[in-house]
Amino acid sequence: MTASSLIRNARSEPCRPWPRHVLSHDEWSRMAASLVEEPTLALLAIWADTVQVHALLLDDAAHAVLVASTDIVAGTYPALSPGRPLAAWFERLVRDLWGHAASGGLDQRPWLDHGHWPHAHPMAPRPAPYGGASEPPEFLTVAGEGLHQVPLGPVHGGIDAASHLRLTARGETIVRLEARLGYTHKGTLALMRGKSPRTSARFAARLAGESTIAHSIAFARAAEAALATEAPRRAAALRAVMAEIERIAGHLGDLGAVADAAGFAILSARCGRLREAVNRSAGIAFGHRLMMDCVVPGGIVADIAPGGSEAIQRALLGLAAELPELERLHDAGVLIERLSGCGTLPLGPALAFAAGGPVGRAAGRSFDARRFHGYAPYDGLGVVVPVLTEGDCDARARLRLAEIAESIRLLHALLNTLPADGVSVPLPAESGDGIGCAEGCRGDIWHWLRLDHGQIASVFVRDPAWAHWPLLETVARGSAVADLPLVKASFGLTSSGVDL
Amino acid sequence: MVWRRIAHTLREGPSAEPPGPLDIETIASLAGRLEAAAQARLGRGLAIMHVDTGSCGGCELELRALANIVYDLERFGLCFVASPRHADVLLVTGPLTRNLVEALRQARVAMPDPKWVVAVGDCAVDGGVFKGSYAVMGGIDPAIPVDLTISGCPPAPERILAGLRALLEANARS
Repeated sequence: MTASSLIRNARSEPCRPWPRHVLSHDEWSRMAASLVEEPTLALLAIWADTVQVHALLLDDAAHAVLVASTDIVAGTYPALSPGRPLAAWFERLVRDLWGHAASGGLDQRPWLDHGHWPHAHPMAPRPAPYGGASEPPEFLTVAGEGLHQVPLGPVHGGIDAASHLRLTARGETIVRLEARLGYTHKGTLALMRGKSPRTSARFAARLAGESTIAHSIAFARAAEAALATEAPRRAAALRAVMAEIERIAGHLGDLGAVADAAGFAILSARCGRLREAVNRSAGIAFGHRLMMDCVVPGGIVADIAPGGSEAIQRALLGLAAELPELERLHDAGVLIERLSGCGTLPLGPALAFAAGGPVGRAAGRSFDARRFHGYAPYDGLGVVVPVLTEGDCDARARLRLAEIAESIRLLHALLNTLPADGVSVPLPAESGDGIGCAEGCRGDIWHWLRLDHGQIASVFVRDPAWAHWPLLETVARGSAVADLPLVKASFGLTSSGVDL
Repeated sequence: MVWRRIAHTLREGPSAEPPGPLDIETIASLAGRLEAAAQARLGRGLAIMHVDTGSCGGCELELRALANIVYDLERFGLCFVASPRHADVLLVTGPLTRNLVEALRQARVAMPDPKWVVAVGDCAVDGGVFKGSYAVMGGIDPAIPVDLTISGCPPAPERILAGLRALLEANARS
């Protein structure tokens, strides 16, 4: 039996819009073993609560989401990492936060816990007195002659998120790259517990700054699904307006960062100016340049300001007029030579790690959460999703340019046909499980939450960077040390969304 | 003739008298005026090192905007540098996670004197929304002394710029 049918046949518990299947340890182990034979079943996340561990899987072939759970028995559960390498990172997270051990897991080193918290296992019912994690960290060893190690971070030399990269190189060639994250762990999941979705929305908005709207939408949709309510049509349309503005701003920022890393100042300057115009129009329309806290469960916090729609459309006209010039600058000589063939991600790893956003789509994995069924208002807009297959820095840049053009089209369509109903509905103080997704500028974002009489009992968040960090490790192998900043900028890597 | 003059010089010594003592007060006052003029005219540059202590990334977006051609940070003599050893200002974002306390301290220690510390964003000021979490210190103040705070979530670029320019003026006059 395949892993997906093992999950589908198991007893199900209510969770909207996809039921959650509870597997026995035996079924879970068989599911873990058969994951290897079902490469189209992508693992999105593993998380836990105090009594169960959960896995979120995406059946790429059937375009369906599967949620599987198993009980924690004597503090352990069977590991998924032998069948899905990405699972190892989540298993380390589950151990650090809840104290549940993955038996048979590939990697038992601490992850988020660097040995500085007041207690170990802070999400467990009774956090343990300290005794676990260690500094200095252990890194994977590399055997061979003429190797040297370069430690990079957690403080980097640019305006960059805290992370540590351990490079092992032979001469100028990277032999192994290992990322160590967890530096920016803020205990967000623990802060969200025990609060209403409305109060917790400000944490969802601060999971990853560049995707504040996408995270807010995924969180709001999860809360609305759990409570079987829906945001008004006007709110859904304005959420999409904000999401597309954020996507354009994010893509311009990433295009600029890549041009900067390649030393191509003129493109970086252009992107910076255009991005500023987009952010300012968002400030006029929604009262905040990044639109932080504008999306709340039940709808949006306030209607678009008078004149906001015109301000956005003006910024878009300026952007649309300059897009051909950006494309010309990108294709003209030096930059394309620097980016072509640099940081190439093959389709295989992109599928295995469920790479989302421009990273996945530039490598041929076409998934875009906006095309996932039931995502209003996108289901009526006919979103065109460009897909490339080269997988290198150049493909990611061209994909971002193509997506900006599509977002401009979507924004005009949305703003010209805004529905006239309300901007929010009150949420009932009821119980239930819900899952929500949204497509951010870096990829698909998934939120799961469990409400108990209107308060969050448990919550987990899957940021696209979960896939992109391990893929950076894969792509870096065999590439030049000097290419690393460029590839990192091209992937658009941030820490906060995965450090939680 | 020449030989006679040389012999005379050797016997009598040079005609120039030995220098008298200098007026220490005049020197001090002149030096003070020169330094003030130089500081006012030349002391208008601050090298800024950014350290993320657990930010969500929102403040970084606005910091990057500062360097774009609209705000053009460098026309004011402000620039971002890649090492604390080159920095006058440590610009910190984030609520200071416990996992980054040591990194922040070390970055500050690595800076040459005199040094300024600027906390940018509500998180760095007092922990912001993350105040009270087991994993954060609640602002950078408990770990290192702060000279200037710029609040906002995130503060708009013009606000960060206003703060940095005020620091520049203070530095030029000090």
